[in-house]
Amino acid sequence: MSASPEPATAPLLELRGMTRSFPGVLANDQVDLSIAPGEIHALLGENGAGKSTLVKMIYGILKPDAGEILWKGEVTEIPSPAFARDLGIAMVFQHFSLFDSLTVFENIILGMDAGEDSARLRRDIAEISARYGLPLDPDRHVYTLSVGERQRIEIIRCLLLKPALLVMDEPTSVLTPQEVDQLFETLRQLADEGMSILYISHKLAEIKALCSHATILRGGRVVDSVAVDQETPATLAAKMMGAALAAEPEPGERVPGETRLALENLTLDAADEFGIPLRNISLQVRGGEILGIAGVAGNGQDELLKAISGETRATPGAVRIDGNDCGHLGPNDRRMLGLATIPEERLGHGAVPGIDLTGNGLLTAFRRLKLATRGFIHWGASGRFADSVVERFRVKASGNRAPADSLSGGNLQKFIVGREICQDPELLVVSQPTWGVDAGAARTIHDALRALAARGTAVLVISQDLDELMRISHRIAAICAGSVSATYRVGDVSAEQIGLLMAGTAELDGVEAVHAA
Amino acid sequence: MLLKLIRRPSPSRAMVWLSPLIALALTLLSGVILFAFMGVDPAGALYAFFVEPLTSRYGWGELAVKATPLVLIAVALSIGFRAGVWNIGAEGQLILGAICGGGIALLFHDIEGFWILPLMILCGIAGGMAWAAIPAFLRTRFNANEILVSLMLTYVAGLFLSYLVHGPWRDTDGFNFPESRVFNASATLPTILSGTRLHLGAVMALAVVVAGWVLIARTLIGFQVKVIGEAPAAGRYAGFSVRRVIWFSLLLGGGAAGLAGLIEVAGPIGQLQPSISPGYGFTAIIVAFVGRLHPLGVLFAGLLMALSYLGGESAQITLNLPLAVTGVFQGMLLFFLLACDVLIHYRIRPASASAVKPS
Repeated sequence: MSASPEPATAPLLELRGMTRSFPGVLANDQVDLSIAPGEIHALLGENGAGKSTLVKMIYGILKPDAGEILWKGEVTEIPSPAFARDLGIAMVFQHFSLFDSLTVFENIILGMDAGEDSARLRRDIAEISARYGLPLDPDRHVYTLSVGERQRIEIIRCLLLKPALLVMDEPTSVLTPQEVDQLFETLRQLADEGMSILYISHKLAEIKALCSHATILRGGRVVDSVAVDQETPATLAAKMMGAALAAEPEPGERVPGETRLALENLTLDAADEFGIPLRNISLQVRGGEILGIAGVAGNGQDELLKAISGETRATPGAVRIDGNDCGHLGPNDRRMLGLATIPEERLGHGAVPGIDLTGNGLLTAFRRLKLATRGFIHWGASGRFADSVVERFRVKASGNRAPADSLSGGNLQKFIVGREICQDPELLVVSQPTWGVDAGAARTIHDALRALAARGTAVLVISQDLDELMRISHRIAAICAGSVSATYRVGDVSAEQIGLLMAGTAELDGVEAVHAA
Repeated sequence: MLLKLIRRPSPSRAMVWLSPLIALALTLLSGVILFAFMGVDPAGALYAFFVEPLTSRYGWGELAVKATPLVLIAVALSIGFRAGVWNIGAEGQLILGAICGGGIALLFHDIEGFWILPLMILCGIAGGMAWAAIPAFLRTRFNANEILVSLMLTYVAGLFLSYLVHGPWRDTDGFNFPESRVFNASATLPTILSGTRLHLGAVMALAVVVAGWVLIARTLIGFQVKVIGEAPAAGRYAGFSVRRVIWFSLLLGGGAAGLAGLIEVAGPIGQLQPSISPGYGFTAIIVAFVGRLHPLGVLFAGLLMALSYLGGESAQITLNLPLAVTGVFQGMLLFFLLACDVLIHYRIRPASASAVKPS
């Protein structure tokens, strides 16, 4: 490729012309990549660019259709993950495979070969965790650990194998900013000791901070292979997305409006053993403002959204929309009060996979837009509503008869967001508005949320993406273990301070909390 | 060798409708092989089974008589199946409908009146609904599996009917046969085609097909059923009540089965007997799936299954084949249909020898 300087030493791993197709998609097309010993190499690309397919071939989970893998200069076939581990390739997945009810030590020894000396393993774990700044108590049960601590188990598991190459798949999406810093230090130390690291991400700032080289994938092809210090986040973004996006506008001034949503001591038991109980959540959202709630996944975001949407009922007085107590009302009665909600999960929650766009438009709009009256559906009007959403939000679909699961993630998300916004809500609550969607769709959605707030709608955005919240919100708070922190003006707090809130700090010292915009 | 099923990214929509026809062809092919092994001329056997019953006007009437309860029940069951509510106990609901509706006929045995038949119909429907309300209550209140509860209640219903006709409702002038008195004219469904047993129930079944179609295609509850069946979480998000859909599905299926039971005893049978159905309630499950859970498909599938009943009788008479051939044909049809459906949605691959650790 272009400006790639030759690495000084022979590469540890070299991929040549890796190609892999799935029915209907060419996921990897002639991908070349080369990693030197001790190098932290970024694999950069948007969702769907083919990053996962490539690393699955490196780790022996997928077989390439064509291409060859050179390990330490020799052509090697990697038929299975076990073989990859024997070679010296270890991988930390985005989703952990840990048993919650077992201790850290038990989880680690389960992944080892039989006959491992447990006393020696204990010593090894203690040594690795001390040496690489991965503090972990081997006798804690996994369910008591934070996501960041669980990730440490996976890293230690990998390091016990003394790998030559460590592959990390989007490791920071579940971490607070502080935990990210800690992880980076560990990774740098490992690289200094000669381990190569393949770091998969789409977060440009992280790649700038951590990696020396980056291979950029787009649409399954390598678009460039670059030395990171020659690039800026903007040039990396342009290569990753193919076209430079105009900078997003500042949140801007707003007209302070009436309080639309008021939560007061919202407390809810967990629905099942995997749920998170909500504890004493109080907050207000006013017309015209965007309130962001940051938080690491699994801290009660879904439960909070359902308590507001009416999918779970709350105690009297805990949820008020425009002053109306609606804790006992179901979703459609709340919609009639002006509420619209967008859940995190697109397929199966926000939309029904096998039903067409017309039906999925009807799903939440039938009452507010009178698309069904006296128990009968007006399909003509419903189809026109779906068409209007498709047109206004530039959803790429074959028409209103296209089933929801035939759309790409970004297009379906645009449709769902559009469906709610086209109902002219006075209050919108949205969870993970741009999770897993491409940059263009994310931009469309952000613009739509801004425009909605500018028109006077109160908007509550729950997101794991702190950058997103810092860009679009006026005020920000964090959710941790079912409790929501105090809220702050976005300009008053740093990412690190929000990281403290995400880790469970209820209030920040020295920053003025604001209860309304 | 181990085989692995791999989901197809986009199952063919045409095949979804072709699969019943493929299953039918495979059933016929297997039938030919089966008859050959039994030493029966396959062509003659197939003729006796599938053609001979339809060579007379009476035969066509019988076809409609057998199809009526199947279609009635299957239309309603298919709506429940769309919602993921597995009412397997339509046979028991049918029996309760026959008992409740037939009870009215026996209660007013000495009275003539235009109102008796409508009252029987209402009570038949109510009886089937009441029987289906038990699994609905247990499912919504205690999360008890409706498949088991509704299925087991079928045997309770059968024994209850048996008790009634052996005991309190036995015809005192009936030479000690376990049968009720024969219903009088006011309590019997009128025949609508001379020279056959075709009765008013067939018209009701057609009306139910149309009503089922309207319900699925036009009404909000039909839409709710589909949403809840496909994605319950999306249903709750839309504000639909899962509980309500469970009740609706079971009561609809129970009501239709109860009506079918009443139609049987007030139509072709004309009295209560220990056995009033050759398993219509179970066969209707096959009909619903062969008909692709769509009312129009159910109508054709119901006629096909009715033919298998007639064919079995005809083969028994002309070829001396056991009546169980009917059950074998019905079973094969369902088996091949399910197999076709699996292959529409999945492709088969030999599983690789090295076990891959799930990530």
